[in-house]
Amino acid sequence: MAKSIRERLSGNEAVATALKQINPDVIGAYPITPSTEVVHYFAQYVADGQVDTEFVAVESEHSAMSVCIGAAAAGARTGTVTSACGLALMWELLYVASGHRLPMTLNVINRALSGPININNDHSDSMGARDSGWIQLYSENNQEAYDNNFMALRIAEHKDVLLPAMVCQDGFITSHAIENIELLEDADIRKFIGEYKPERHLIDGKPLSVGPYDTVQFYFEHQYQRAQAMIKSKAVVKQIFKEFGDLTGRKYDLIEEYKMEDAERAIVVLNSSAGTAKVVCDQLRAKGEKVGVLKIRLFRPFPAEEIAKALSHVKAVAVMDKADSFSAVGGPVFADVRSACYELANRPLMVNYIYGLGGRDVPVENFFKVYEDLNEVIKNGKTGNIYRHVGVRGV
Amino acid sequence: MAYNLKKECCKPERFVGGHRLCAGCGAGVAVRGVLRAVNDEDKTVCGVATSCLEVSSVLYPFTAWNEGFIHSAFENVAASVAGVEASYKAQKRKGKIKDNYKFVAFGGDGGTYDIGLQSLSGALERGHDMVYVCYDNEAYMNTGLQRSSSTPKFAEVTTAPVGTEVPGKMQHKKDLTEIVVGHGVPYVAQTTFIGNFSDLHEKAHKAHYTPGANFLNILAPCPRGWRYPPEDLMAICKLAVETCVWPLYEVVEGEWKLTYEPKNKLPIEDYLKVQGRFRHMFAKGAEWMVEELQKHVDMKWEKLLKKCK
Repeated sequence: MAKSIRERLSGNEAVATALKQINPDVIGAYPITPSTEVVHYFAQYVADGQVDTEFVAVESEHSAMSVCIGAAAAGARTGTVTSACGLALMWELLYVASGHRLPMTLNVINRALSGPININNDHSDSMGARDSGWIQLYSENNQEAYDNNFMALRIAEHKDVLLPAMVCQDGFITSHAIENIELLEDADIRKFIGEYKPERHLIDGKPLSVGPYDTVQFYFEHQYQRAQAMIKSKAVVKQIFKEFGDLTGRKYDLIEEYKMEDAERAIVVLNSSAGTAKVVCDQLRAKGEKVGVLKIRLFRPFPAEEIAKALSHVKAVAVMDKADSFSAVGGPVFADVRSACYELANRPLMVNYIYGLGGRDVPVENFFKVYEDLNEVIKNGKTGNIYRHVGVRGV
Repeated sequence: MAYNLKKECCKPERFVGGHRLCAGCGAGVAVRGVLRAVNDEDKTVCGVATSCLEVSSVLYPFTAWNEGFIHSAFENVAASVAGVEASYKAQKRKGKIKDNYKFVAFGGDGGTYDIGLQSLSGALERGHDMVYVCYDNEAYMNTGLQRSSSTPKFAEVTTAPVGTEVPGKMQHKKDLTEIVVGHGVPYVAQTTFIGNFSDLHEKAHKAHYTPGANFLNILAPCPRGWRYPPEDLMAICKLAVETCVWPLYEVVEGEWKLTYEPKNKLPIEDYLKVQGRFRHMFAKGAEWMVEELQKHVDMKWEKLLKKCK
């Protein structure tokens, strides 16, 4: 097992530290709250010669992602960091990065999208980008955010994948909260990530055209290949999670099942709120209630099989969405989790809660209420309204 | 060694034939001219903004680009090429890349004067070692001849058509070259296809081999949008220069220098009347339009002469 270094870092510091240890060839970045700090830290590493990265402080997130695309196409290990509107401005290019099959990492410090403008946490930014062909990893705390960066890079660069990867964590809640963390030694990181050797790139001495006009005769096939890469990536994710577990002792899976073995009621959640849900779960368990938490760590590709299996014996499920999709029937996580359970012989009753939008605090009371509501659902034998809200006034 | 067009044309093409640009289009001529000015021993990576040039030259699985090529989107060619250049710098430092590369971004006027202006401005200010080439055909030709901020006043375009109340585009062309000069970059030039192409060649060579972010604005007419017979491409370019509609100059480290001064400045009619997009300016009662454009050209030319003194 690798030696670990005990530290106390914020989520942003954890990401910056991970990037320093990765020592990428190129970082293109633009400041936006709450991800800005990562850019500050990284700029200081450059100024102090702690990395030999070409740091391109661009004039917009659109250019940040464009620089990453150009750099990745030219064989660089690259990536960036952003939040909210910054991610929205990159939107067009997120599809270009994955469509051109360019590995890179993007740390999304989750923040609500405008409008009206709000700088606090929810998942409307990365959830909106869920269909852009990027791998998406979510992080409950600074430790996961740090660890996910190394694993995301390995997943993205894997020859069976070649898709860019997003590492998400909650803005302010984890990005600005200082917690204990175990860091790895640089030498162990270097060994784990290895040297990046793309098969081909723009400056390898031979002609190469990246991003041609894709005609009717070929576009569909290329999209099919991208989808196949996403399917294949699941096995790669598992393998790399295992390698990382063997190295660090921190064993990760696509989902985290917390006290789910005999749970009758379950909450499905991702990022920092999983911690709050676990506290509530523990308190209810102490009273003998059969409750559990299912945390989704990998959202793209969507671990449908694993989620269905974990929920197959549960009577009632509440899926928490920190973003609304305005479909008028529920949020994005709900749509996918419910769909994943469709083939189950005994489908659990399932409801959706939109919660914590725009940084609205998510206290334990929210989860006590949700678990209590699930009791009602079980008692009634039907869901009633599936599209619910918790923590919002006037409901 | 003195410039010799024949010799230059015997060099291996970095942008080869077989692309689908129209006959009489300036885009391909601009690209070949710019790339001929790269020294034989150097390799290139070219980025192209979404444009006629892009959709006509790299239709999967074919490519007319015999070296590195990247297209990413419409408004970001400067940033995309900046990313390639950043990767080159980083990898060169680490000893991973042996060859020497030159980086060129090509955008049309839509991708440069308009939607890509921010990306261009950012790359110029950061000083990436690259050349940005605008092939200026004065409208969005790829999407069907719509107005851009480069379209000259009174030209007929599909989003500023000539009607009973409005005689075409009502605003003058934006002076992008001056905007670029405002960035304080080492080398900026305006050129087009004249005579033996020495003006384009020499300017492109300076742009490639002056360290930093440099800029070429190349007037590159479009037979469809300007409505001229394909074989008249060179004649139109010559008239643009001889009428002082498109003066040839360069700005080296902030010093303005005229690279060609017409012996007899021709009246603007000579340039306008050979193009269908200005046809309505020669209808009875439209004389004021020609007069107004002449005044504008004279004013711009006088200002330029002062800067070049």
